[in-house]
Amino acid sequence: MSTRALLLRRHSVLPGFNLALGFALLYLCFIVLIPLSAVFLKTFTVSWGTFVDTVTSPRVMASYRLTFGASFLAALVNGVFGLLVSWVLVRYRFPGKRIVDALVDLPFALPTAVAGIALTTLYASNGWIGKWLPFKVSYTPLGVFVALTFIGLPFVVRTVQPVLEDLQRELEEAAATLGATRLQTFAYVIFPALMPALLTGFALAFARALGEYGSVIFIAGNMPMVSEITSLLIITKLEQYDYAGATSIAVVMLVAAFALLLLINLLQAWARKRQGR
Amino acid sequence: MSAVPNAIDTLAVADAGPIVRPLALAPARIADAVSEPAWMRRTLIGVALAFLTLFLFVPLAAVFVQAFAKGIDVYWAALTDSDAVSALKLTLIAAGISVPLNLVFGVAAAWAIAKFDFRGKNVLLTLIDLPFSVSPVVAGLIYLLIFGLQGWCGEWLRDHDLKIVFAVPGIVLATVFVTFPFIARELIPLMQAQGQEQEEAARVLGASGWQILWRVTLPNVKWALLYGVILCNARAMGEFGAVSVVSGHIRGQTNTLPLHIEILYNDYQFAAAFAVASLLAALALVTLVLKYIVERRAKSSHQEARHEH
Repeated sequence: MSTRALLLRRHSVLPGFNLALGFALLYLCFIVLIPLSAVFLKTFTVSWGTFVDTVTSPRVMASYRLTFGASFLAALVNGVFGLLVSWVLVRYRFPGKRIVDALVDLPFALPTAVAGIALTTLYASNGWIGKWLPFKVSYTPLGVFVALTFIGLPFVVRTVQPVLEDLQRELEEAAATLGATRLQTFAYVIFPALMPALLTGFALAFARALGEYGSVIFIAGNMPMVSEITSLLIITKLEQYDYAGATSIAVVMLVAAFALLLLINLLQAWARKRQGR
Repeated sequence: MSAVPNAIDTLAVADAGPIVRPLALAPARIADAVSEPAWMRRTLIGVALAFLTLFLFVPLAAVFVQAFAKGIDVYWAALTDSDAVSALKLTLIAAGISVPLNLVFGVAAAWAIAKFDFRGKNVLLTLIDLPFSVSPVVAGLIYLLIFGLQGWCGEWLRDHDLKIVFAVPGIVLATVFVTFPFIARELIPLMQAQGQEQEEAARVLGASGWQILWRVTLPNVKWALLYGVILCNARAMGEFGAVSVVSGHIRGQTNTLPLHIEILYNDYQFAAAFAVASLLAALALVTLVLKYIVERRAKSSHQEARHEH
């Protein structure tokens, strides 16, 4: 059966559909789908009881609390400051704005290991930033939060910025002529329009933070039950050749990631609807 | 024309509240009304910049300052160390294989998705994004489950004396996985927006499929393509988690630059670790500069295209 019959493509005069789609699907299967299915198939070799015991053991539960909690807080901080940064970049003029705008993408481009050692050194108790703080940041759960905030920084800015640029200024002028204060205009006109993008950015930053490994392991101190993230637990299990245990935890993280992916897709569909595209 | 005053009359009758007088605002007053007072603008800019300084600029500066903290000799020694050189080679190999592979995939996927209508397109789009939401550690784990000694092909590979995980092929595979969506993601939305009229015109004029691709489609998307390649390359060279799982950390053999940084740092050789890190940080800066140029070019060519129409 050809892909044409299978997928019911609409007729087109352009050539190369079967070749392009065939290659793309084959590559997708070999690189992504078959390897990913290995995780789920491996879990089926573990009995349900063992699986539940592994993924709910106290040390693993502590790592969920830290990973999800720190990711949520970091995404929240990025939501607030990301909105502020995109507002400042779109609406105001100040010297060096273009450089600042370009540097916002740094966490996308900077390898996580580099970010990890830089943040650890800065926030250590004798570091440039750490020595001014009355509490410890590096080698505590707070360090995890700092690293995850760095990692998630561009997401909210880059999702909110284009929406803010496209926002019709006439709406704000209309609100002003109708007697709204600037704060009212922001709360009732601008903020609702930015909401879908803001939530999408938040969810993207949260999802990215959940799986982060490289930047966190340097700054966390990695104490079991205290500052050990779930990704590190997977590695620890692998180093003990406990592949079944590592896979069980990986499945929990994958399911969480896929649930977030679904949520993000729904949010983006909502955002498109709101923008009337 | 008469409809408008009528509507206002109706409104005025319906609304028995305070009379709304049209305000004659000078242009300056309008500008004031849709902006914030100067002190507030300055405060907001200040807070935003303070946040970015604390979380972005200082860490970036710290990499370079720490790299040269023990002088240029230590810096140079760290970069020319034989383990560092072989880590650099392996990083270049991994990026050199994964970027072209994902480039071919990206063009093929974008051609099928953007130029044709078929059932299941949205599912395919979601599947392409999948590696973005998979944690790097899990990405490494999946290859261990297939090619590791306990994995599906483990015994067969051992019997045939082939090594994939804890060797170069595993590192390449993990890198391909984590950089999988980058180029496709840049190309698909642009090619969808461009539609297929130009390609159809070329087809009617007798061009073959490859000619259309080379002469029409690729020139139209060259900036997005370049940016996708840059981003893919940066991520390929900097990948840590996935590569860490499948590498086995054999010094001089299966260490990439990010893994080499980890080893140096854990050995308390901080200046050397930051020296190697400064290479990757410089690569990140080059990526950002190229992104800036590409975005400006894309914007200006977009405007040119608008003027032509």
